[in-house]
Amino acid sequence: MTAGMNEKDMARRAAAEIGDGYYVNLGIGMPTLVLDYVPADKLVFFHTENGLLGMGGFAQKGETHPDLVDAAKQPVTCIQGASFFASDISFAMVRGGHIDLAIMGAYQVSEKGDLANWTAPGMLPSIGGAMDIVAGVRRIIVMMTHTTKDGRPKIVKKLTYPVTGYGCVSMIITNLCVLDVTGEGLVLKELAPGVSAHDVINSTGAALIIPEKP
Amino acid sequence: MVNKVYKSSAEAISDVKDGAVIMFGGFGLAGIPQNLIRALYKKGTRNITVISNNPGSRLGDNEYGLAPLFKEGRVRKFIGSYPAATKSFKELYDAGMVELELVPQGTLAERIRAKGSGIGGFYVKTGAGTLLAEGKETRAINGEQYILEYPLEADFAFVKAYKSDRCGNLVYRYTGANFNPLMAMAAAVTIAEAEEVVDAGELDPSTIHTPAIFVDRIVKGERYDRWYE
Repeated sequence: MTAGMNEKDMARRAAAEIGDGYYVNLGIGMPTLVLDYVPADKLVFFHTENGLLGMGGFAQKGETHPDLVDAAKQPVTCIQGASFFASDISFAMVRGGHIDLAIMGAYQVSEKGDLANWTAPGMLPSIGGAMDIVAGVRRIIVMMTHTTKDGRPKIVKKLTYPVTGYGCVSMIITNLCVLDVTGEGLVLKELAPGVSAHDVINSTGAALIIPEKP
Repeated sequence: MVNKVYKSSAEAISDVKDGAVIMFGGFGLAGIPQNLIRALYKKGTRNITVISNNPGSRLGDNEYGLAPLFKEGRVRKFIGSYPAATKSFKELYDAGMVELELVPQGTLAERIRAKGSGIGGFYVKTGAGTLLAEGKETRAINGEQYILEYPLEADFAFVKAYKSDRCGNLVYRYTGANFNPLMAMAAAVTIAEAEEVVDAGELDPSTIHTPAIFVDRIVKGERYDRWYE
């Protein structure tokens, strides 16, 4: 597919949601790309739930330390102003509503903002910090491909995969579009270049509210 | 006079018996008590219940940390948050040879902290309404659903510090703290390995992360693998 956003475009779009002074948690995988797109004029502290506020980026050869990793267990660096702490404090930040924003991947999101991103039938279940994050972080943005590899919708009326959290997602950024999750339903906020509203509707398993063109 | 400092990792864990419930600090490979784990592996202890965030960690084609204990079938039960990335665990699990109690990472930390702090249980939002809440008491507090979680206890905690003094005051480094300070408080016997063991007075008392009261045994780690280039 040539139309739509690639992973980097999606990361750039997600980064635009990050305000100056934000404390932000990035999920494993595609969301970590967001690190590269935070404007230099914003001071942002990236939280990794294993105990670091102020993650820099991935450590290069020669600057790694076995005791300095991110939530995906990759060696990372830290920025000036960073702090380290134990897991109880880290999850006090998460559950206590102190983290401004989390950007996560997903298997499915429902039209009510319910999220499934921890396990699927046939998988060895693993949860990590995902349920803690959706229970406490102030705003959750999902960044994912609009459909599965075999073309099935990941945005659905009702989840068929086990739920991570109910009504927790407020925005969905996909390769096709940006959707806001509202009390009225999913609102098509932006279309990716070369993508029509019709394309989005065809790839989505839930009703969409399409605002009138200005 | 009391001496908490042991000569070797093997000596420090010599009384760990088959069937023991053991907490292991660490996240991935950061802050794992790698010398105590190697000593336990050599000792041949079986039927262990492991409480740890991960059942070891995969790097390239190899698995490190706790993974060899799973690979050898020494573990009866794993209580933790993220087993999926460890092949040694998955093979044992798929064969029905190991029990899994999956706990969200923050709840895992808090259940351990609760035991060490004399708290009999707590209500938490994490997991409410999900598969992980099945069979748990729920309660609405200020209009939100919470579930009741109980403390986690253990016979031993194996923890890793950057530095320890001879009294057992511990200092961690970078993301090496993770579950270590919580586990140090929670187990019946806490065994700490450290990269450096220094005399009392050499650590600034204002910078101690785990006060000595929580630590029963100390050993200077024999060998620290780096894993990353």
